[in-house]
Amino acid sequence: MSALNISKGASSHSAYELRDSHSQTIESHTLAILVDNESGVLARVIGLFSGRGYNIESLTVAEVDHADHRSRITVVTTGTPAVIEQIKAQLGRIVPVHEVHDLTVEGPSVQRELALFKVVGKGDARIEALRLCEIFRANVVDSTLQSFVFELTGTPEKIDAFGDLMRPLGLRELARTGVAALARGA
Amino acid sequence: MNKSLTTPDLNMMTGAQMILRALKEHGVEVIFGYPGGAVLPIYDEIFQQNDIKHILVRHEQGAVHMAEGYARSTGKPGVVLVTSGPGATNAVTGLVDALMDSIPLIVISGQVPTFMIGTDGFQEADTVGITRPCTKHNWLVKDTADLATTIHKAFHVATTGRPGPVLIDVPKDVQFATALYSPLENLPTQRYAPKLAGDTEAIEAMVVFMETAERPVFYTGGGVINSGPKACALLRELVAETGFPITSTLMGLGAYPASGDAWLGMLGMHGLYEANLAMHGCDVMINIGARFDDRITGRIPDFSPFSKKIHVDIDASSINKVIPVEVPILGDVAHVLEQALTLWRARGSKVNRAGLAAWWAQINEWRAVKCLSYKPSAKTIKPQYALERLEALTKGKDRYITTEVGQHQMWAAQYLGFENPNRWMTSGGLGTMGYGLPASIGVQVAHPDALVINVAGEASWLMNMQEMGTAMQFRAPVKQFILNNERLGMVRQWQELLHGERYSQSWSESLPDFVKLAEAFGCKGIRCSEPALLDDAIQEMLDYDGPVIFDCLVEKHENCFPMIPSGKPHNEMLLGDADTQGVIGAKGAVLV
Repeated sequence: MSALNISKGASSHSAYELRDSHSQTIESHTLAILVDNESGVLARVIGLFSGRGYNIESLTVAEVDHADHRSRITVVTTGTPAVIEQIKAQLGRIVPVHEVHDLTVEGPSVQRELALFKVVGKGDARIEALRLCEIFRANVVDSTLQSFVFELTGTPEKIDAFGDLMRPLGLRELARTGVAALARGA
Repeated sequence: MNKSLTTPDLNMMTGAQMILRALKEHGVEVIFGYPGGAVLPIYDEIFQQNDIKHILVRHEQGAVHMAEGYARSTGKPGVVLVTSGPGATNAVTGLVDALMDSIPLIVISGQVPTFMIGTDGFQEADTVGITRPCTKHNWLVKDTADLATTIHKAFHVATTGRPGPVLIDVPKDVQFATALYSPLENLPTQRYAPKLAGDTEAIEAMVVFMETAERPVFYTGGGVINSGPKACALLRELVAETGFPITSTLMGLGAYPASGDAWLGMLGMHGLYEANLAMHGCDVMINIGARFDDRITGRIPDFSPFSKKIHVDIDASSINKVIPVEVPILGDVAHVLEQALTLWRARGSKVNRAGLAAWWAQINEWRAVKCLSYKPSAKTIKPQYALERLEALTKGKDRYITTEVGQHQMWAAQYLGFENPNRWMTSGGLGTMGYGLPASIGVQVAHPDALVINVAGEASWLMNMQEMGTAMQFRAPVKQFILNNERLGMVRQWQELLHGERYSQSWSESLPDFVKLAEAFGCKGIRCSEPALLDDAIQEMLDYDGPVIFDCLVEKHENCFPMIPSGKPHNEMLLGDADTQGVIGAKGAVLV
């Protein structure tokens, strides 16, 4: 065998995931981190990102298994391939972290985000906002004679697009949950 | 009063009792600590028992460094007890030091009672928040029923995988409250269990490289020592049977004996010429338990440009962090070395003999440069000479050396030879001035009859000199061998080389009289300034039954060579003052 041709394992804790570490291309990756829901665990994870100078584009966290006290943290991060590998290795050595999955490389995944848009306006702008809401399949969850609150679920790109359209129509406030993501298939 | 009479179940006890019980269950013999309001219940329990010895320090930083010295010289975790607020914050430097150098420590801190947390109470600090990035893991225990289990987990985490410091923050009401003690045997199997054996295919790749390499080098680090005596024994077998040259980081000294034929000496910024050139020129580098620290690599793009690299490490995040390698092997050093040796022997113990002979001929040419030679003096004591004499006069003794941080530390690493692991305690990753004196006390506590010497600089030594009180109180006969150049020597050296000889704030003004200081502490003080008198003075220090402060007045402007300047590769080393003109560019100057 060629000594250079060693297999690259699939485990997220493996050091063998040696992709081209010289590449300087900045990539965006979605990581799913399964952790014990113990005091300070979120601070540990985000402290790792700030302490080592990594980026957080989006962060979502909630307990997903009440009986086992397990939480799922979804982080969208950016970096060169070497930095992404380092982030995963660093996350893997935090004691309450059970699993680290890179949904960007482990196969197809679904990514969804929920956002609430408060749009204030009158006349044609108000009618246009409501029309776009229907096109985007957003829901109206609050309305007054001057305002709407739209609820929209979708990919971050779809939320961005809807936000861009609402801005000239009187977008006053925007709240986004950050990305939740799961691998497709069984 | 015997509390067991009032409670029917012997396992019902207070949190403070649980702490002592759990420490005993883990075989703890000694605690380094300092009392205060938030740990009074624990100190009350310490008073009422005789199994665990308590070493009263003079400052909490000293307690942590002592525990580090204890841990590194025994392989067992060190235990520290401090109070809330300032007690915990004073321990922080030691925690980071232990984290950087992978030293197993259990630090127990007191905390204000749970109902006062968050009220800015007296001596309240967010200890778990402050120490989160300074520890391998930490816990705030809010319920006495969880306390024993948390301590068991803490020992597991501190000593499993890559070792490190952990902290348990215990509010005072949790120490007073009563609950059922959960013994170690009830601890469920812990999920935290880093992989020990290396991947078979990767081991095979390593063996193939070993069989074919023309210019191999073993580059070993603290991971070998942390893995244990078996790892060191296997490393020695591997080196003896392959005949490959071996170098080591500062942290790994002693894993392979300095008297061994294949020993090249330490590598890195102040490493030996032959070690660094072997790293630069090798075709196969076998990194065993080292982490490509910036003190080792120099300029990254020029680091060992012709080699295929194998990296054995128990921490996945150390692999490919700085230097991409061809063969990553995730696992424990002893396990991996055993696997590699077994496979390599089974395949016929092959090496490239012709290549190796030429490689050794080249290395011997580099050795002939004698990079550690220095200009001797009959008038002033050269620091290198002082260490050569210390080495000569302590040869053959079971000797433990600690150091502070700076020039003296590098000279000690260069001029003292270490034959065995766990005999060399120095602050490598964090570079903590003030480490050596308390660490020497921790070593002496673990090995009461051994010769323990702290090689120090006068500036570093002053940072924790209060701990001489601890040495006196507990009759720890530590020898403080201070190379006194009345300068912050390494800072001065960098200012000379990088900052136009503008020696900003780098001299030691108003130094104490170290001999009188020794008398004030009640120990022996020795001063020596003449090379001709040095041997007798060192012998006097060694013969004295008790702590000694040795004020060795050395040449004030000596620089530490060899040196790889910041931002330079291994093959651009400076060997002496004549080499230093204009060597460091503006880019190098921004590096540390």
